[in-house]
Amino acid sequence: MSVPFFLTVTFFSSVVAGIVGALLGLGGGIIVVPVLTLLLGVNIHYAIGASIVSVIATSSGAAAAYVRDRITNIRIGMLLEMATTTGAISGAFLAGLISPRWLYIIFALMLGYSALAMFQKRHQELPTGVVTDPFTAKFRLDGSYYDLALQKQVDYKTTGVALAFPMMYVAGVLSGLLGIGSGLFKVLGMDIIMRLPMKVSTATSNFMIGVTAAASAGLYFMRGDIHPFIAAPVALGILLGAHLGTRVMAHIKSTTLRLIFLPVLLISALQMLLKGIGW
Amino acid sequence: MSKNWSERGAGTPPAPDPADEDSVIGQVEIFISNILRFGVLISAAVIALGLVLLVVTHHSGYGQDLTGSVQEIIAFRGGAAGLFPTSLKEVWTGVMAFRPYSIIALGLLLLILTPVIRVATSVLAFLYERDYLYVGITLFVLLVLIFGFVMGKTGE
Repeated sequence: MSVPFFLTVTFFSSVVAGIVGALLGLGGGIIVVPVLTLLLGVNIHYAIGASIVSVIATSSGAAAAYVRDRITNIRIGMLLEMATTTGAISGAFLAGLISPRWLYIIFALMLGYSALAMFQKRHQELPTGVVTDPFTAKFRLDGSYYDLALQKQVDYKTTGVALAFPMMYVAGVLSGLLGIGSGLFKVLGMDIIMRLPMKVSTATSNFMIGVTAAASAGLYFMRGDIHPFIAAPVALGILLGAHLGTRVMAHIKSTTLRLIFLPVLLISALQMLLKGIGW
Repeated sequence: MSKNWSERGAGTPPAPDPADEDSVIGQVEIFISNILRFGVLISAAVIALGLVLLVVTHHSGYGQDLTGSVQEIIAFRGGAAGLFPTSLKEVWTGVMAFRPYSIIALGLLLLILTPVIRVATSVLAFLYERDYLYVGITLFVLLVLIFGFVMGKTGE
């Protein structure tokens, strides 16, 4: 394999990862890690280091557009980030003490269950009948955004923060332990537990994953897991892809987002299950 | 009708006003958005510069000749073993010596910084809005982030 071949393949698959990641509020690592390890023979440590970089790149690459478009709910993001960043530090500490195998299996099951829930909601464009609980009212998490695809202002209520909080802590631990952004769990937590509109969930998750990944990125850098030759084309590809993804996002409907989300969920569940049983 | 920045994501505005950029609060959002854009562009430029240098000179700057097979280049060595920088000091001395890997690493570090800057500017924005509850929440997150960096520096 030649240098130009490696760089080109990595770059273009990262562009795709950036587009998908920005759309769904994920870190792009879901595409990047398999491509690096299975297709290009990169060691898993370097792939994880590149994954952490890709999470931050997806987040910051898309964030400028989402903040400007006011879809991101910064309050929800910040509040939940209290839990995720603390979890990420814990996870980074725990790396080496806990066998990731069991975690992979547990989360494969969770993802499978979530895929089912997502499938049941596949025709739901916007959530209905959401009642704000007193906890979320205190933190002023209800919000509003202008949906370009629906051509109207969408007001929404929030609920279930008390349950989402510990879930975010666990998502953070996963992040620090495995070098992922945990965007999937964030979107699911916001979509299913907090019952936010899909676009708000993905845009807010996009904001959050960057913060979560930054909490443990320093550690990965010091450990020597971020290889410049590998991380450079990933970062550049993802930045470009995320930028393109934000443009698509504005004009896409929430139901379409869910449809794209479903196969990604299933593939991730499968990936995790395989890792869990040691494949 | 001007809305507070912190309330932009809350409450029930009657009509969409995407062109609210005239208000001061709209400015804050645009400010954050621009800082992010700027930070991302700078880090991308630095990474690209390092990558170009690497491809053109066929050197990593750390003694590796990059004309051979990729397998050799990306072979895993625990702790980097002097093949690329893993500390701020190494990055800095490497950049001064125009080592491609160091320049790339500098760009990556700048990229890693962008979410931190974003959180920091949010603290200021909430402060401006006198939303002290969220100043506290955001400060907590910022402190955890800084703790993470410090821990990374001294830990391993």
